[in-house]
Amino acid sequence: MHEYDVIVVGAGGAGLRAAIAAQEAGADVAMVTKLHPVRSHTGAAEGGINAALREGDDWELHAYDTMKGSDYLADAPAAEALTQESPKEAIQLEHWGMAFSREDDGTVSQRPFGGLSFPRTTYAGAETGHHLLHTLYEQVVKRGIEVFDEWYVLNLAVSDEDDPADRRCHGVVAYETATGNVDAFTARDGVILATGGLGQVYDHTTNAVANTGDGVAMAYRAGVPAEDMEMIQFHPTTLPSTGVLISEGVRGEGGILYNDDGERFMFENGYANNDGELASRDVVSRAELTEVNEGRGIEDEYVHLDMRHLGEERIVDRLENILHLAEDFEGVDGLEEPMPVKPGQHYAMGGIETDEYGQTCVDGLYAVGECACASVHGANRLGGNALPELTVFGKRAGTHAAGGDTEEPRVTVGWTDDSEDGDVDSPVTLGEPWTTEAVADGGAAAKTGEAVVERTLERERERVERLLERDEGTQHAEIRASVQHTMTKNVNVFREEDALKEALVDIRAARERYRDVYVADPSSTYNTDLIQTIETRNLLDIAEVITMGALAREEFRGAHWRKKHQERKDDEWLKHTMVSWSDGAPELWYKPVVLEGQNQTYEPKERSY
Amino acid sequence: MSTQRQQPETETESTETETAQDRRLEKKRQRAAERERARVEAEERAAADAERYHLKVFRYDPEVEGKQEPRFDDFHVPYEPGMTVLDALIYARDQFDASLTFRHSCRQAICGSDALFVNGSQRLGCQTQLSDLDQPVRIEPLPHSEVVKDLVVDMEHFYDQMEAVEPYFQTENRPEGELEEQRQSRENREKIKKSTRCIWCGACMSSCNIAAGDNEYLGPAAINKAYRFAMDEREGENVKQRRLEIIEQEHGVWRCQTQFSCTEVCPKDIPLTEHIQELKREAVKSNLKFW
Repeated sequence: MHEYDVIVVGAGGAGLRAAIAAQEAGADVAMVTKLHPVRSHTGAAEGGINAALREGDDWELHAYDTMKGSDYLADAPAAEALTQESPKEAIQLEHWGMAFSREDDGTVSQRPFGGLSFPRTTYAGAETGHHLLHTLYEQVVKRGIEVFDEWYVLNLAVSDEDDPADRRCHGVVAYETATGNVDAFTARDGVILATGGLGQVYDHTTNAVANTGDGVAMAYRAGVPAEDMEMIQFHPTTLPSTGVLISEGVRGEGGILYNDDGERFMFENGYANNDGELASRDVVSRAELTEVNEGRGIEDEYVHLDMRHLGEERIVDRLENILHLAEDFEGVDGLEEPMPVKPGQHYAMGGIETDEYGQTCVDGLYAVGECACASVHGANRLGGNALPELTVFGKRAGTHAAGGDTEEPRVTVGWTDDSEDGDVDSPVTLGEPWTTEAVADGGAAAKTGEAVVERTLERERERVERLLERDEGTQHAEIRASVQHTMTKNVNVFREEDALKEALVDIRAARERYRDVYVADPSSTYNTDLIQTIETRNLLDIAEVITMGALAREEFRGAHWRKKHQERKDDEWLKHTMVSWSDGAPELWYKPVVLEGQNQTYEPKERSY
Repeated sequence: MSTQRQQPETETESTETETAQDRRLEKKRQRAAERERARVEAEERAAADAERYHLKVFRYDPEVEGKQEPRFDDFHVPYEPGMTVLDALIYARDQFDASLTFRHSCRQAICGSDALFVNGSQRLGCQTQLSDLDQPVRIEPLPHSEVVKDLVVDMEHFYDQMEAVEPYFQTENRPEGELEEQRQSRENREKIKKSTRCIWCGACMSSCNIAAGDNEYLGPAAINKAYRFAMDEREGENVKQRRLEIIEQEHGVWRCQTQFSCTEVCPKDIPLTEHIQELKREAVKSNLKFW
C-alpha cells in the first residue's frame, strides 16, 4: 500500500502538468502510468499550441473562435479559462526550455490553423507534442516526483453511496506489469485521471494502441457521467494505410487538397468558399468523404494533400517530420509527390464530466486532458487547442487537488435542477451482463477511506485471479476487433439511425462474448494479454456510450452528422448528452450548455468558413 | 527518482489458498503446453504457404515451463504490402499466440517503445518494412539489456543514465515577466534540433560496444541529452561549464571510440557520434581557458 496526497493516473502532457502543479501547491504526489512517461501519446501531437501572445490578438478572440468552432456545444467558462491561461502556460513551457520554432528576432513563431481568426498556433516544427511531453517530463524529473511506470490502474477506490454526488474517491488499485503484483495507492486529497484518448474503439485511428479510454470507463463505472461522447473528431489528413497523422500544419502552411479530377475541391465544389483547406476539421473531413463517395476519390478511398509548392526550405524548416512520416509509413516523398490522405478517428471531444478545475461530481476525483470533458471543444475541437488544454487544465486540477488557491467553478457537475431525462430507442438491452458486480467498487459497508481502498484492492485481486484462472473461451483480440470494426463501419463521420442501431447490437454481442473471455498467458511476468483483456472491457463500455449518444442526438452539429437531421437544432439541442452508469445499465440525460461568458454571451451563429 | 520497483507488502493469504491457486495455475500451464503443441502443428502447415513471411522470434519467460530456457519460435504471417515488423508481431500474437510479449504503442516512431534487434540490427518494429528484410526475419530483444520476457527488456539502467546528466533546463537568465520569452536565435534552435528528437528507445545504447563493456558509461543517448542542453544558448555559460563537467567525468564522452554504431541505428537520424565528438572539443576548449 502506497500513500500520497495526490495520485495522478497517466503521465502524458495533462498528467505531468497536473503533478507539477500539485507538487508546487505543497502536495506529496505520485504518478501511476501504464507506459513510461516519455512513451505517452502526447508525444505524437504535431501541430501546435494556440495562445494569444501577439498584438492584434487576445484571449477574447481566441475564446470566440473556440466557441464558434465548437458549434456552440462548449461551455463558455471553460473555453475562457483555456484562452485566458494558455499564453501563460505556453511561455511557462518556453521558460522550462521547450525548443519552439523561432522568428528572426528570437521570439516564438506562430502560424495559422483551421478555424482561427489570427495565426496564434505556436509550434516546434511538426513535433510540438514530442517537445512538450519531454519538457514536462524533464520538470518532473527535476522535482523528484515519484513515477510508478508500467503500472496499470485497474480501478478507482470509490465509496459506494447511492448518489454519485455523495461518493468519494480515496485512491486507485493498480497492477504492476513487470511482476503481476496488485497494489493500492491511497490518495489523501485527490486522484487526477489523465489517461488520454480512446481511439482504439476504432480500427482506423491516429491514436496509439495504448489509448483505450481506461480513465473514462473507470470514472463512468464509478458513477461520473460521460459527457458528449458522440463527439468524436475525425482528422481530415491521416495516412490511409496506417492512420498516422499528417499535421494540420501542412494546410496551415498552405498545403492544398485535390480530388482525382485534380480539382481543389474545398473551393471548387463549394465546401468552404472563404477558408478552403483551412476550414474546421469536421467540414474538411466531410468534404473529403463526399468526394470519395461521389466517385472523385483516388482509388475510391482517399484524396491528395500537396505541399510541394511550399518549397523544400520551408517544408524542412516547419514540417520536416511530415516528410519522414510520409516516407516511412506510406512510401511517399512529400517533396516530389502529393501525399494520400483520408479522415481518421483522432480525438474524443467528450469524456468524463468536469468543471473548469477538472473536478467531477465524485469528491476527490478529477479528470484532465483528452479523457475529460470540461467542456472546451464541444462538437468540434480546433487544431492547436488540445495541447493548451493539457497544460491549462492540468495545472488547474493539480493546484485544486492540492488545496491551492482557486475560485468557485461556474460549470456545474452532476445532476442538477436544470438537467432533464433522456431516452433512446435501443434494439437491445444495454449495459453490463453481470449485474451482480458492485457499481462503485468500494462497497457500501466500507465506512472509512482506508476500508474503501482495502475493499477495492481485494476485489481487483479477485478479478485478476478470475481472469487468469479461466482456462478457455474467447480471446480479447477477437472481441476488440469486432468492436473496432462495427464502430468504424457504423459510427463514423456519416451517421444513420439503422447503422447506429446495428452497432449497438454488435456491441451487445461482443459484451456477451466477453463473459467468456480468457487470458491465454498464465504468466505473472509482463502479462500484456491480461492487460489488453481488461482494456477491452473498457472499450466495450465506451463504444456503447458513444453510440448511444450518437443515436440520441437527432441533429447535425460539428462532428456529429445525421443523415435524416441535416440541420443544427438550437431550440432543442443546445445541451450536453450525459450518460451515467446506473445499476449496471447506461442512463441517458441532458444538461444545458453554458453560453454566458465573462464579458459576453456567445450567441449561436451559422458556422461558415 | 522515478520508478520504484517496490516489493509487495507482506502477504497475509494463507498457505492453503496459495496452494489451491498454484494448482490451478499449474493446470493452466499444462493446458498452455497442449495449445503450444497445436500451435506448432498449425505453424508447420502455415510454413508451406509461400505468401507468408517467416519470423523467428525470441522467447523467454521465467515463469512458464518450456520458455524458461530461451528459444526461438517460428511464425508464418500472411504478408500485405506495407506490413511492418510490428504489424507482423501483432498478427502473430493475436492469431497464433496471445502470450507473445513485446512493448509497442504509437506505431509511428515517436513513443520509442518497440526498439528490437531485427536481423542483427537495432530498429523500431513499427518503422521497419518486412519487405526490406531477408527471411526468415529474426526478431530478438535489444542486446546488452536484461530480458524480462520475450522481447521486453529492462529499461531501468537506460533511464538511470538519462537522468544522470541532469536532463532538465537550467538557466541563469530567465526573464522577469511571466509572458516575456527568452530569446533564442533560429540558428541556435537549428543547432540543437536534431538532438531534441531522441525518443529514448535505447537502440543506440544497445548497439554501443563501449556501453556493453562499461556499465557506467553514460552512453550515446544520455550524452546527446546533455548536448541538447549544453548547446542551448539560453542556459548561459556557467551552466554550460557544469554540463561539460558532467559529460567529462570518467565514464563520460572520453569513453566513446567513434565507432558510429549508435549513429547507424538511430531511428531518428540523430548524428550521435558527431554530437559526442563536438562535446569532446567543447570540453577541451573550456579546459584550455583554465590553463
